[in-house]
Amino acid sequence: MSPARNTTSVHRISQRTQALQPSGIRKFFDLLSSIDGVISLGVGEPDYATPWRLREVAIKSLEQGKTMYTSNLGTPELRQAIAGYLDKAYGLNYDPATEVLITVGVSEAMDLAMRAVIDPGDEVIMPAPCYVAYPAVVALSGGMPVVVPTTAEHDFEIEPSDIGNKITRNTRAVFIGYPANPTGAVMPRHKLLGIAQLAERYNLLVVSDEIYARLSYGDSHTCFASLPGMREHTLLLGGFSKAYAMTGWRVGYAAGPREIIAAMTKIHQYTTMCAPTMSQVAALEAIKAGEDSVLEMVSDYNRRRLLMVNGLREIGLDCFEPKGAFYAFPCISSTGMTSEEFAEKLLQEERVAVVPGTAFGECGEGYVRCCYATSVPDLEEALIRMKRFVAKCRK
Amino acid sequence: MLLKEILRILEGDARQTPKQIAAMSGATADEVTRLIRQAEEDGTIIKYRTLIDWEKVGDEHVWALIEVKVTPQRTVGFDAIAERIYRFDEARTVYLVSGAYELAVLVSARNMREVADFVTQKLAAIEGVAGTTSHFLLKRYKEDGVILAGGAGESRQAVVL
Repeated sequence: MSPARNTTSVHRISQRTQALQPSGIRKFFDLLSSIDGVISLGVGEPDYATPWRLREVAIKSLEQGKTMYTSNLGTPELRQAIAGYLDKAYGLNYDPATEVLITVGVSEAMDLAMRAVIDPGDEVIMPAPCYVAYPAVVALSGGMPVVVPTTAEHDFEIEPSDIGNKITRNTRAVFIGYPANPTGAVMPRHKLLGIAQLAERYNLLVVSDEIYARLSYGDSHTCFASLPGMREHTLLLGGFSKAYAMTGWRVGYAAGPREIIAAMTKIHQYTTMCAPTMSQVAALEAIKAGEDSVLEMVSDYNRRRLLMVNGLREIGLDCFEPKGAFYAFPCISSTGMTSEEFAEKLLQEERVAVVPGTAFGECGEGYVRCCYATSVPDLEEALIRMKRFVAKCRK
Repeated sequence: MLLKEILRILEGDARQTPKQIAAMSGATADEVTRLIRQAEEDGTIIKYRTLIDWEKVGDEHVWALIEVKVTPQRTVGFDAIAERIYRFDEARTVYLVSGAYELAVLVSARNMREVADFVTQKLAAIEGVAGTTSHFLLKRYKEDGVILAGGAGESRQAVVL
């Protein structure tokens, strides 16, 4: 669908916004809401409610009247706790007073980051398929998203040499997000080191969205900023939504060089003031006492991950093994359909919702994203329905 | 460790088949079957039970938590007294606990009269039992980690990118 153009309207939409690609699956949403009994693998969030002890401290804080703004940067306690966590987990030292900013989810942090560092015409290199907001926030800040396609053959890892081929005089930053939405890919350390070399050689900023860091199922997660020499080249984005099942609270953070954090804070104070106070209270409790819940959820996701990937392969769909996040990204091209056709027909005929890979960039064609953060009985039923559907398509 | 992973899955849902467990743990169904059989044989898996909300089918059974104060005798220790209690079918759960009393006994019977009879005539009469306090269960909120009443249900958006 193209944006509505009504030349007689008094409402003029900015060219910048008009140029923004509308989501290609709008009609899919509408279709979805008209069908009953759908099992949705189209979600992008945990199926758990936030652990009660985190909710409880937030409720208590409201009862105590902690309802005012916090510092623009976020509460000192939460910044301190995040700095402490990054030190413990990755050996990274950030000054909580000047190098950590609490944001309204990683989404806000991405937007601030791009607005803080991008001038018109600057290029930002990113993998594709990738999370839908990456190219959008770059474009909104006047920059140019430069896409590096990744493939199942290379485990959806972005190749440093491919990044190197895209570097121009205008390249300002590399924007990566691993573990990845929508593919579930993770980056091995040696390839991250390859990116680090480029960042050093060309003086690039690496914006690393590590929202899914805790949801890693094989080797432990490598934080990009922890690579030798990379602390000064990295803006680390993290948050609480996925690991602690806190999507609706909208709280995340950015940690990085003080000039960048200061620039982001300037924008943040004019546009947002601060992240929600009660959410910051819950996030602090998450760091202090949420570890057991994280481990329990991660082992549960892992069971469903294996179930999902095995199930998809048994159906006869090629499925790369995702090592992080909570998505499987099977190839559906053997059915002879495009991603959108597959998703639409699967929904209509078998009432299973998946997201067409093309929602995450053109090179997502031939794939669909299946979120396995759903109950085991629902996953099993979804797999039965998908099996029936695929068999029918191949006849 | 694969065995622990299998046990955790079964503890959550004992009806998962070896094939299903295999799919979730990355093992083969044969391997899962073998480990389960072994765990059953060596008593790691004690029993498979079903968590039932009996109120839904109009069950009128009453439950009571009985605090039992025990004075160990020279010849009869806590274990022996506990055994005299747990051998009764009415005693569904028996724990030795620290604090103001020694044994916590969960009793089930058809009505309050039966519970009272059991406590006064059987429990209190056991040598070494110095006193009892009965608490009748009024409502079950949570059982074995499962919340029985309430719950808001799914409130997620069907598609999130």
